[in-house]
Amino acid sequence: MSVTTSSPKLNRIGLPLAAYKGGKTTLCAGCGHNAISERIIEAFFELGVDLQWVAKFSGIGCSSKSPAYFLGGTHAFNGVHGRMPAVATGALLANRRLIGLGVSGDGDTASIGIGQFVHLVRRNVPLIYIVENNGVYGLTKGQFSATADLGSTLRNGVVNDLPPIDICSLSIELGATFVARSFSGDKKQLLALLKAALSHRGLAVLDVISPCVAFNDHEGSTKSYKYVKEHDDPLGDVHFIPSYEDISVNYEPGTTRDIRLHDGSHLLLSKLPEDYDPTDKMAALRMLDDARKKGEHLTGLIYIDTNSKDFIELLNLPDEPLATLPVEKVRPPKEVLDEINESFR
Amino acid sequence: MTPSDTQVEEARSALQTKKVVNDFSIRVATVNGTGSQTSNLVLLRALFQMGIPVTGKNIFPSNIAGLPTWFIIRASRDGYLSHTRDSQVLVALNPETAEEDVHTMPTGSAIIYDEPLTLDRLRDDVVFYAVPFNKLVTPICRDPKLRKYVRNMIYVGVLAHLLAIDRDEIARALNKQLGRKKKALEMNWAAIETGWQYAQQHLPKRDPFILEPMDQNRDKILIDGNTAAALGCIFAGVTVVSWYPITPSSSLGEALIDYMKKYRIDRETGKATFAIIQAEDELAALGMVLGAGWAGARAMTATSGPGISLMAEFSGLGYYAEVPAVIFDVQRVGPSTGLPTRTMQGDLLSTAVLSHGDTKHIMLFPGSAWECYTMALEAFDLAEEFQTPVFVMSDLDLGMNYWISDPLPYPDRPPNRGKVLTEDDLQRLGRFERYRDVDGDGIPYRTIPGTPLPAYFCRGSGHNEQAEYTERPDAYVRNMDRLARKFETARQRVPAPEVIDHPRARVGIIGYGSSHYAILEARDHLRQQANLETAYLRIRAYPFNEQVEAFVRRYAPVYVVDLNRDGQMRDLLKLDLPAELTPRLRSVRHYDGHPIDARHITDDILSQEASL
Repeated sequence: MSVTTSSPKLNRIGLPLAAYKGGKTTLCAGCGHNAISERIIEAFFELGVDLQWVAKFSGIGCSSKSPAYFLGGTHAFNGVHGRMPAVATGALLANRRLIGLGVSGDGDTASIGIGQFVHLVRRNVPLIYIVENNGVYGLTKGQFSATADLGSTLRNGVVNDLPPIDICSLSIELGATFVARSFSGDKKQLLALLKAALSHRGLAVLDVISPCVAFNDHEGSTKSYKYVKEHDDPLGDVHFIPSYEDISVNYEPGTTRDIRLHDGSHLLLSKLPEDYDPTDKMAALRMLDDARKKGEHLTGLIYIDTNSKDFIELLNLPDEPLATLPVEKVRPPKEVLDEINESFR
Repeated sequence: MTPSDTQVEEARSALQTKKVVNDFSIRVATVNGTGSQTSNLVLLRALFQMGIPVTGKNIFPSNIAGLPTWFIIRASRDGYLSHTRDSQVLVALNPETAEEDVHTMPTGSAIIYDEPLTLDRLRDDVVFYAVPFNKLVTPICRDPKLRKYVRNMIYVGVLAHLLAIDRDEIARALNKQLGRKKKALEMNWAAIETGWQYAQQHLPKRDPFILEPMDQNRDKILIDGNTAAALGCIFAGVTVVSWYPITPSSSLGEALIDYMKKYRIDRETGKATFAIIQAEDELAALGMVLGAGWAGARAMTATSGPGISLMAEFSGLGYYAEVPAVIFDVQRVGPSTGLPTRTMQGDLLSTAVLSHGDTKHIMLFPGSAWECYTMALEAFDLAEEFQTPVFVMSDLDLGMNYWISDPLPYPDRPPNRGKVLTEDDLQRLGRFERYRDVDGDGIPYRTIPGTPLPAYFCRGSGHNEQAEYTERPDAYVRNMDRLARKFETARQRVPAPEVIDHPRARVGIIGYGSSHYAILEARDHLRQQANLETAYLRIRAYPFNEQVEAFVRRYAPVYVVDLNRDGQMRDLLKLDLPAELTPRLRSVRHYDGHPIDARHITDDILSQEASL
């Protein structure tokens, strides 16, 4: 018997793809969330992210279980329903060097946790915030969520008669600095957007339509695989060029944009609608609204602002993580207490 | 005719035989939002500077401006620092409450009132002093908008003259309150002078109440519990603070902001060695604290009852996932919105088991402003040592009122960061299992994100020793039993009770928190009035250690003093003590929202003793 060994492909920090994998998924076969996990693994592997610095966060729901299924050797915090933003905010303030990756669902983000989500956006916390959006509650067996489209139906035929919360529109309105929508089935677009999110300093909202094969993949649902494939309206093509690669792409002016991200990487948006400017809030909101009216899912990088300060900068935090500042830095000397005591005499 | 100084002196000497020196209290009744707090603090501080044991209780409304408020300043030559219900000197400036205020005063009281209220018609067994506040304030303050504030400084001058408060001390106290605002300082001093002169010229002394300098406050400070708590957090090395404003805890958050800005900016880099976030609600506040605690920071929040209720879910996560957190609960009157500006020890039972499932929390009970500081230091050590939320149960009386205190001591040891795994530990242990009880004390080892040590998956769902998700019954039971063991370990590490035994005592008193000074005074009353000697144990933490049980074994009955309707500490003791001891527990309860006073305790114990 002969054994053939082939050394696996290693990334730029010398790790194989396997190092970026997680535990075996317990989600349903065909669940969109699994595809998103795959893209996360690829993005982190391909960019050679040092796993020591990664911190994964999630709330409650099918989506929030998924951090166990990718980037297995990293720290993770699976908190309570809808409250992942607070936990992530605290952790990222405690250690600004952490690369925060949050995974939430549409129930977690748009219903029980909408208050925290709104304030996470306002604060521009440096975190990749993925909403695995399937318009339905899975773990509790198929109730509508707040992102279900008007007129979409449940398996038993019940029609949703409330308007959806559009996570992208809401985020833009609240001052988000990176807003993208994708589809779990669009490998190329999602991978590029994830990489771009990793290079963005500030909150990166990725609303990823991720069909639920168990409860929302039927005729009449606007978040089924079939419907999304037929109504996916990509906002051009997205190419990510990491900072350590040369940029040499020819593009037609007017329909392509080159966005320089914080770490020197570039996001090239090509085949854009004529004159679409992803740094124009109102244009972005209009595009989203137009697509919604047509029953389509606008995907791609919808809005970006690379000028705003993130929360760490705003709070004037030191380079060294707060969590590991030595006691001399965080306990003022005795003279200070003497002075304070004196002021109360 | 205006009385000369000589006449005043004569009147005073006539009162010599029955004068009351440094043993009475002053009740100032005003309308809130008129700056009377500044006037009252000037008085309080002046007495403090005169070396007189003094306390100030602010009984204020949940309102910005226009509702009645009272401030009670008690001078006690015997050194009692608790509240008293009886006042002997009244300043009646609130037309709405003036008549009722006058009627609550005992015979022989001195009442200073706003002249147009003509209160002197109401009684003839008290001494009235009419002061035309509006007439006096107009020449001092041209701006009608400022007048209502300056007007209240006039009574400071009137009282200073009538009660013989040292003018220099008044000046020093005013400077302390308004020192940075020169213009306000001048205007307010003019008001004090005006009040003084008016009293000198028009109000011959006809009451027996006099203040004389003492030397009881040497090396003491005057501080509110919330400021002391904030300072404790700063010297504990807190780095992440997340809070949501709520009375009566807001001043803790604000003191943190002020002092951190002043003393915690890195001199070399100009960077903040802290992050303070005003959260969107109390849920987020504790969520951020847990995130930061998990990531290795010393993190805290401060809140009150309604916030505690909102923090229930995250508290359970902190307990079960074992994340350090410090939570200050500056308690106020519940249930629900309750009386937001009044004091209570109302959150004991709910906090002890805050959250669903079998949850148990460490609670600390500061009994003074000084302990608000020292227990802040201890709370951070305990939270990290036990990897769990620690609740510091202050209350409005401790937190917002001013107390004479020993100076705050500098920490005598470095922070205890608990079992945070180092590379050496890892070699010694061989492997890392987040929730394994390696040392037999129930406390596992943890790693911190961003270090090269092994990672783990922190979760509020069922987990085994390796922090892996599991629903296995044996793993669940093992984990819960270990958590219970950890809580048992905590019994010996939390602040021990303070015990005062007495060989002649049969009766014991158990107290905690803000009732401490009232209990000390009540013990003297019981001895003097009824020859009843008592032993006293002050609980300083939950879980209780064995000294509590031993105390209950030594004395019977044991009166447990609670500032709530249901006797929450008594109930918590009942849950903890052997069944045969629980019939010894009796309850002294006080729950009208005002700070507890000694007489309440004395009367209640004597009446229960009589019915034995």
